[in-house]
Amino acid sequence: MGEAPVGSGAGADARPGPPGVPPATTSPLARGAARRLRARAADLAFGWVALAAAGALVVLPVLLVIVLAQNSWMSLVRFGPGFLFGRTWDPNLAPITFGAVPFVAGTIETSVIALLIGVPLSLGAAVFLAELAPDWLRAPVASVVDLLAAVPSVVFGLWGLYVLVPFMRTSVDPFLVKYFGWSPIFAGHAGSQSGQSILTASIILAVMILPTISSVSREALRATPDSQREAALSLGATRWEATRLGPLAYARSGIFGAAVLGLGRAMGETMAVTMTIGNSNRVATSLLDPGQTLSSLIAINFGNALALELSALVELGLILMALSLLVNVVARLMLRSITRLGGSTA
Amino acid sequence: MRPPKRLRRRLKSAVLLGLCGIAVLLMLVPLASILYACFVNGAGAITPDFFLKNPPPPCNPAAGAPCPVGGVQDAILGTLLLVGLASLIALPVGILAGIYLSEFEDRPLARPARFLADVMTGIPSIVIGVFVFGIFYSFAEAGWISPFSVISGYTGAVALAVIMIPVVARTCEEALRLVPTSIREASLALGIPRHRTILRIVLSAARGGVITGSLLAVARAGGETAPLLLTAGFTTGSIFGLSGWTPSLPVMIYEFASANYPNTTQLAWGAALVLVLMMLLISVGARLALRNRFGGRVA
Repeated sequence: MGEAPVGSGAGADARPGPPGVPPATTSPLARGAARRLRARAADLAFGWVALAAAGALVVLPVLLVIVLAQNSWMSLVRFGPGFLFGRTWDPNLAPITFGAVPFVAGTIETSVIALLIGVPLSLGAAVFLAELAPDWLRAPVASVVDLLAAVPSVVFGLWGLYVLVPFMRTSVDPFLVKYFGWSPIFAGHAGSQSGQSILTASIILAVMILPTISSVSREALRATPDSQREAALSLGATRWEATRLGPLAYARSGIFGAAVLGLGRAMGETMAVTMTIGNSNRVATSLLDPGQTLSSLIAINFGNALALELSALVELGLILMALSLLVNVVARLMLRSITRLGGSTA
Repeated sequence: MRPPKRLRRRLKSAVLLGLCGIAVLLMLVPLASILYACFVNGAGAITPDFFLKNPPPPCNPAAGAPCPVGGVQDAILGTLLLVGLASLIALPVGILAGIYLSEFEDRPLARPARFLADVMTGIPSIVIGVFVFGIFYSFAEAGWISPFSVISGYTGAVALAVIMIPVVARTCEEALRLVPTSIREASLALGIPRHRTILRIVLSAARGGVITGSLLAVARAGGETAPLLLTAGFTTGSIFGLSGWTPSLPVMIYEFASANYPNTTQLAWGAALVLVLMMLLISVGARLALRNRFGGRVA
């Protein structure tokens, strides 16, 4: 791939022989030359092996796009751009009809609501941990919050299905319908009383992205120089005003980047959503309606899909990849100003 | 005029900062609830049988006869085999790629490789599952493998490996970067060839970070569900190697949770308890080790 040979230039073996001594046939010198040659060959080989490994990082994403495009070809040709605007997903219809709208809508609905719930909470926690908490409390609480990130998605799903869904069904949903049912977003439609809904899935997603958003924005807050806080305090600002004028303003782009990173995670999340969203292939108008996301439909239907449906599901995967790619690139651009964060937190 | 305004400002400050503290408490509620639910519902399933038997057939307690609970032996075995094979592929490739990113960063491939590794970590794991399934599906269409082994433990392990490689590469790179340049220069000045400098000296100085980074990636692979659902399949029967449908703990939790029979649901909770404890142990251990070594966070 146009690589310079490894070990040329910098490297111990590039050292010239002792000056003034001719390249003679005396045995110690010959042995030294042979050893240098061997070392050089080994350096070269090692460089190629490392190159091959790094090549995997380049080849895999390229191959990913090719394989997804190839496997969704049947659906791409059959439905064309209309796939993006179709509202029906039904393999049993007379002309088989597949459209992505309900799932793109479900993905965006759930992840945006998750963000609305998750950002204030995790930002509050980040402010507490970065600005207010005494030193002895900071590290333990921060690592407990980070533990949430270690819980596997399917365990969130199990908890959601057997703890959160019954709670939503018996307490939260009836309350919302009773007092906010007049508004279309909390309307209680027939058949949506199971507790499995867009709202339930969004709450789970919010919990799952809390550690990401709070740890990244915590780092951003911590990167604020003390002079920012001191300047505000010296002008007579209260502690909150100093926090708002100092760290919160200074770390704005980092916090925004953290939120977008959380959005990306929420969009790709599969198992917890699949188990709590109710799996209905229609566009949900009320938050209490069941719905479906791109990832949850793939998870549910992939196993027993036939040729054309399989191909359409792969096309949904392609759409999901494009969406999360877009969001992740935006997040990385926003986080680039904070050194190291862009790379190591995803 | 001034005192009331000042009071209002102070009150506002106290209230908003108090809300921040409450936010922390609210964040701890779900974690506590998850751990509590796993212990209450799952601890009863953890008996010797849990590790030595396979799941019973679905059983309705209303029918009168007692329902056996059984165990998840082959799902544990399946998870170990899947994660083991995935690590066998991903750790060497990932660490070597990390070495390339850190030690050969002046090479033309280093920048695009780093960028694409970051892109890969942002791609949802279920898309990786579709991708690897697609590869093996094409192999079967070309007649290179039997159509029955498209969904198999091997496919699942490759999917896990594809998820792990960029993560391992980037954490390994970060760990290697923390090694001071003077150590490399000292080694090269002694006439030690470059590959030995990297493998014996730089890698050894960074081994704490490399090992914990790898461990975190392995733990993450152990909890992955969506890609395995598409690639490795599930069975409650015994497994023979990785050539057929291979059950794993996460996929089993999903299948049993959806099936909703009391006895298998209890197994799912038991498996969730085991999985969560394993994850917490690894992640706490890794974080502690990292903190001690570098005085800061890496992953």
